[in-house]
Amino acid sequence: MKVIIFGCGRLGAFLAQALSQKGEEVAVIDRDPRAFRLLGSHFQGKTVVGTGVDEDVLREAGIEQSDAFAAVTNGDKINIMSSLIAQEIYRVPNVIARIADPKMEEIYRELGLKTLCPTRLSSEMILHLLNNGQ
Amino acid sequence: MYAIIIGGGKVGYYLAKVLIQKGYEVALIERDKDKEAQFSAEFEDSFLLGDGCDPEILEEAGVNRADILIAVTGDDQDNLVACEMALRHFKVPRVIARVMDPRNQKIYQKMGIELTVNATQTIANLIEQEVLAQEIIPLLALRRGEIEIVEITVPNTSPVIGQPVRELALPPHCVLAALLRGELIILPRGDTIFFPNDHILILTSMDNVEELKKLFYE
Repeated sequence: MKVIIFGCGRLGAFLAQALSQKGEEVAVIDRDPRAFRLLGSHFQGKTVVGTGVDEDVLREAGIEQSDAFAAVTNGDKINIMSSLIAQEIYRVPNVIARIADPKMEEIYRELGLKTLCPTRLSSEMILHLLNNGQ
Repeated sequence: MYAIIIGGGKVGYYLAKVLIQKGYEVALIERDKDKEAQFSAEFEDSFLLGDGCDPEILEEAGVNRADILIAVTGDDQDNLVACEMALRHFKVPRVIARVMDPRNQKIYQKMGIELTVNATQTIANLIEQEVLAQEIIPLLALRRGEIEIVEITVPNTSPVIGQPVRELALPPHCVLAALLRGELIILPRGDTIFFPNDHILILTSMDNVEELKKLFYE
């Protein structure tokens, strides 16, 4: 499977390493080349400097042949825009956008994006743990 | 008419002033705290401090009763997300987006945001208009670019000079909308005759461009 990850923060880097270790073909995009240090020295995948809303950058990362695209920067709007480009223009079969604002996440889920809301997930998990602790 | 403007840079600021002057009800949303004092004093209740892509701010601004939403921040992702949420989630009847990077025009259109303002493209069109006399200048794309309003300037050597409009073999799906002669705006009729340097505004499907070139320039 060919996967593009936009955003090499802690989440993006961890995800890239995990996929790469499983033998998947991974390309990571980040506008700050220093961010790639988080990938560690054993990372086998590709790194591309730039932004995930720039089609030249996306093509360099191989979006035309990719099976999945995950936008996981800490900017909700740039994640949404790059996911829309991947989904609507390049027809990537599996596109996931990280949206931290739960209300915005709900709206975009209804509008047909596959979304992931860390805020909602963490709070659900914490509530679950709290309930189980009682 | 109720208009919500997102982005209080130069474009948003002057747009808000002009629309208020024209009698619109306006909400101007800007997230920069440094502008709060000035905008509160100038626009009073019409100013909201916050992110125009935040659904709660939009609701606070009364997005549900807005007639139009105009996103003119300096970031394409903000303009795209604000317009898309307004159009598809809050069902605002009309949205206008400012496009910063012309390459992003495609994704705006793909998401159904038909009306976009693109300064780079507009200036490029104006330059083209000055530089390339024998070209067909696209002025405005409609219906996702399938139909365009184009402008043709009749050169001194054009075969159409002296011809009445009715003898012009226009391709199908092509309408002469107006003829600009100096300061005059002329509605072209069958007996209207073409003069050198007439500017003709044509509503046409994109497929006709080559045929129109032949008609007016060869």
